[in-house]
Amino acid sequence: MTPLVLLRRFLFYALVAAILFYTVFPFYWAIVSSLKSGSAIFRVEFLPAAPTLENYRALFAEQSFARNIVNSLFVASVATAISLALGVTAAYALGRIKFRGRAAILFAVLSISMFPQIAVLSGLFELIRAAGLYNSLTGLIFSNLILTLPFTTWVLTAFLRELPRELEDSAVMDCASSFRIMTEIFLPLMAPALAATGLLAFILAWNEFLFALTFTLSNEKRTVPVAIALITGASAYELPWGRVMAASVIVTAPLIALVLLLQRHIVSGLVAGAVKG
Amino acid sequence: MMARTRLAWAYLAPLLITLALVAAWPLLRTIAFSLTDANLSDLSQWQFVGLANYAYLLSDPQWWRAVGNTLLFTLLSVGLETILGLVIALTINAHMPGRGLVRAAILIPWAIPTVVSAKMWAWMLHDLYGVVNVLLMNLGLIDRPWAWLADPTLSMAAVVLVDVWKATPFMALLILAALQVLPLDIYEAARVDGIGPVKSFFHITLPLIRPALLIAVIFRSLDALRVFDVIYVLTGNNENTATMSVYARQQLVDFQDVGFGSTAATCLFVIIALITTAVITLGRVHVSASGNDR
Repeated sequence: MTPLVLLRRFLFYALVAAILFYTVFPFYWAIVSSLKSGSAIFRVEFLPAAPTLENYRALFAEQSFARNIVNSLFVASVATAISLALGVTAAYALGRIKFRGRAAILFAVLSISMFPQIAVLSGLFELIRAAGLYNSLTGLIFSNLILTLPFTTWVLTAFLRELPRELEDSAVMDCASSFRIMTEIFLPLMAPALAATGLLAFILAWNEFLFALTFTLSNEKRTVPVAIALITGASAYELPWGRVMAASVIVTAPLIALVLLLQRHIVSGLVAGAVKG
Repeated sequence: MMARTRLAWAYLAPLLITLALVAAWPLLRTIAFSLTDANLSDLSQWQFVGLANYAYLLSDPQWWRAVGNTLLFTLLSVGLETILGLVIALTINAHMPGRGLVRAAILIPWAIPTVVSAKMWAWMLHDLYGVVNVLLMNLGLIDRPWAWLADPTLSMAAVVLVDVWKATPFMALLILAALQVLPLDIYEAARVDGIGPVKSFFHITLPLIRPALLIAVIFRSLDALRVFDVIYVLTGNNENTATMSVYARQQLVDFQDVGFGSTAATCLFVIIALITTAVITLGRVHVSASGNDR
């Protein structure tokens, strides 16, 4: 091996190491910080000298963080379930049936996913208050649909379009109803797509911040992102950083595990829907 | 075929009704509110004020500051994300051991909720105890701790840094997907002709992945133009970094001025709608132009 090739290889792996450090270090630092309590958090140690779970204990014992997690799970799951159900029916029409106005509807769905959330904030606020849903999880589920529903519809339509035409031709000959075609032929084929789309929609709803911040009032109704953003210390100037980092680790670790487990499906879902988490 | 059409609309009805309720109606109400002096405490009491809110908005230097901040943020963050995303995608695309590991690692920032990533970085950028200042001082790059989030000039750099960290994986994955379907024989031919890697990147790779790159840049730009979470969590309503979304929410919620806040929100909506339409139209023109070439 010539020195030039060696140098090039060295530079390449240095680049790989830099990328790994850049992407992983902040999360590593959050874990390390969450394990330090008292004044240890103010010392820069790359491994905690005296690791402790005190921050995690305080999070659940001294504030309603468990409640916030349940709220987030509930809101994100229900919003995802509704979006998958409505998305898959709509996608069947948009992906498998030729009719006038299809392009217009697809365009509308795409445009809605470009809406800035702030543009619907006052209108949604009025609607939610009029329906008596202010400071309720139902109100949050409802408002999350503007994020998750266009996304599931778009990705599932793209998926259904790719399936071969012969699928329903054979079924139509057998005189199956279109509802049976959908439930018995397409749904089983769509299982992996539904799982990946569902996970991405779940992440969208789980991460939602602006609506949850604006449409809730009491800590018992807050979702995780709002709870984390609003954690305060004894005084306004003393944020309990250890606790904030513990909360960050708790809500992020399961997501990272899920994402790593399903990474292949996620990458294809991302490419189809071009969604940012 | 009439039956099929009717069937299609029946399948679409639940989606259309929900979207009308959750998106179209609230948007129309926001636009209607922008012509009134409605207040958050009682939305049923309002007076029609015509375009007075718009006139006031256009004369408010804070609004123009927010417009400038939004454009600067979008330009810097999307620009950096594109360059970094290209570097990361090209690196992962090279054949090497542990490639799956690197791809998994870049998914981590993407999976982290925006609010959480903002908090993690707020702690890392803490002026007194932040690890970033300590590292930079140990390396001798700075001689005293920098107040990343409080300093008027540094705070924009800080929010861009955090957004770039969070959104680059998205860019890299989209570019990677485009890279993986490139025909390899072109590179073989280029190598035979003695064309170096840098030249073949600019003359072969870049033109071939341009459509995918363009889509990624458009999606990210539209996201950056409406940015709220990362800015609000890192720097609150601070005028040095407040974007249009932050400005509108402050008027709407903090100052309870639903009429005026809706005006700002409507303007942001119009700006994004105009850009989207322009992009789609230009995209079509471009597609037909490249069709004529062949």
